[in-house]
Amino acid sequence: MISKFVNSVAEALEGVQDGSTVLLGGFGAVGQSVHLIEGLIEQGAKDLTVVANNAGYGKVGLARLLEAGRVRRLICSFPRIAGSTIFENMYKAGKIELELVPQGTLAERMRAAGAGIPAFFTPTGVDTLLSNNKEVREYHGRKYVLEEALHGDVALIEAWQADRWGNLTYKQSGRNFNPVCAMAAKLTIAQTQHTAELGELDPESVVTPGVFVDRVVHLPYGSPQL
Amino acid sequence: MSTVTDKELNETVKPWTRNQMAERLAQDINDGWFVNLGIGIPTLVANYVGDDKEVIFHAENGVIGIGPTPQENEIEPWLINAGKQYITLKQGGSYVHHADSFAMIRGGHLDLCVLGAYDVSSSGDIANWALSETDTAPAVGGAMDLAVGAKRLWVLMEHTTKDGKPRLMSKCSYPLTASDAVSRVYTNLAVLDITATGFQVVDMAPGVSREYLQERTEAKLSF
Repeated sequence: MISKFVNSVAEALEGVQDGSTVLLGGFGAVGQSVHLIEGLIEQGAKDLTVVANNAGYGKVGLARLLEAGRVRRLICSFPRIAGSTIFENMYKAGKIELELVPQGTLAERMRAAGAGIPAFFTPTGVDTLLSNNKEVREYHGRKYVLEEALHGDVALIEAWQADRWGNLTYKQSGRNFNPVCAMAAKLTIAQTQHTAELGELDPESVVTPGVFVDRVVHLPYGSPQL
Repeated sequence: MSTVTDKELNETVKPWTRNQMAERLAQDINDGWFVNLGIGIPTLVANYVGDDKEVIFHAENGVIGIGPTPQENEIEPWLINAGKQYITLKQGGSYVHHADSFAMIRGGHLDLCVLGAYDVSSSGDIANWALSETDTAPAVGGAMDLAVGAKRLWVLMEHTTKDGKPRLMSKCSYPLTASDAVSRVYTNLAVLDITATGFQVVDMAPGVSREYLQERTEAKLSF
């Protein structure tokens, strides 16, 4: 019998290694697996590379993990949202490396990793600082830059509903990066607001099938705080 | 320019307000278009698309069919736009994940994207993400994808900086977001098309003369 449910955040994060690349779903506060991210502090993994759209905000989730000094490198599209002062101060002090990636390229690099595509050409970033030292090739008279797939050792995602096979649904714009992160990691861990019996989820509404999910922990924590 | 002339001009020039700029741009959006509005002033455009037109607004974080801003009691905590503000979903709206949202952007499925900018060049280059090559806190978000992907890229911005420095340039002075991408610019002083020969003025705010506009523009204007 398949059961991907685990009983605690600690159990969910068992085995995450030092030096891992960790993919985080979420866009701002919405759809971010705050409890799993904070669980990494107690779990103890360090020297992490974190991939996320934003660099955390306030003193929760990713911001706390950064403050705890566990992240060596951040791969991110928009680290400058209101309240992301912990990242900004660390970056200015040279305490963290940043690889800035256009948002669509960030999503597509993870999708490619999950889909078995090692690299792809995109028009995004051509003639800008973000394509420096990258291969540029012309197709049909237009220039494209070569971008490589972005694989994760671990993905930490947030779902709305989950069943024991790890089938997931999302709520509204909470979907965002979560399905692509789920595809791209060796170990995908979801925190879910609600659980469902097998067969209870409408097959048409499952966005991430359980094949992309390894562990699920039920954390009915309520609404995200902007 | 002589100070006397400038003073006289200033008494008659009535620059468009930000809301008027948004309203002026909204008039040029066609019924049925699929549109992304960038964060900042461009967001105002949605308020001025009349009920006679059905326009579908896209948010890069996977929302298709944004409705009016919610009242306090209508807020859905999981429903936000690219600027992390609460939004509503119109009837017929839908959600997608990030890779699909940017497939729509990059794949040329948006009829229009409206962005703000630091400056724009006469060949359609746009700079709107970094103040220098060594920006202390760089952030790009979806700007580069939007700039290259949409069928039309229009820029909505003030004609000059707060210090009066021009933003319509022969060459951008900030790091580029994309080259040869902008087709039209809406400022508080004028509406300008970018053509093979540079900026072509199509409309001016009340009281703006050709000389007044050219004095505030680094690139050469055609009228």
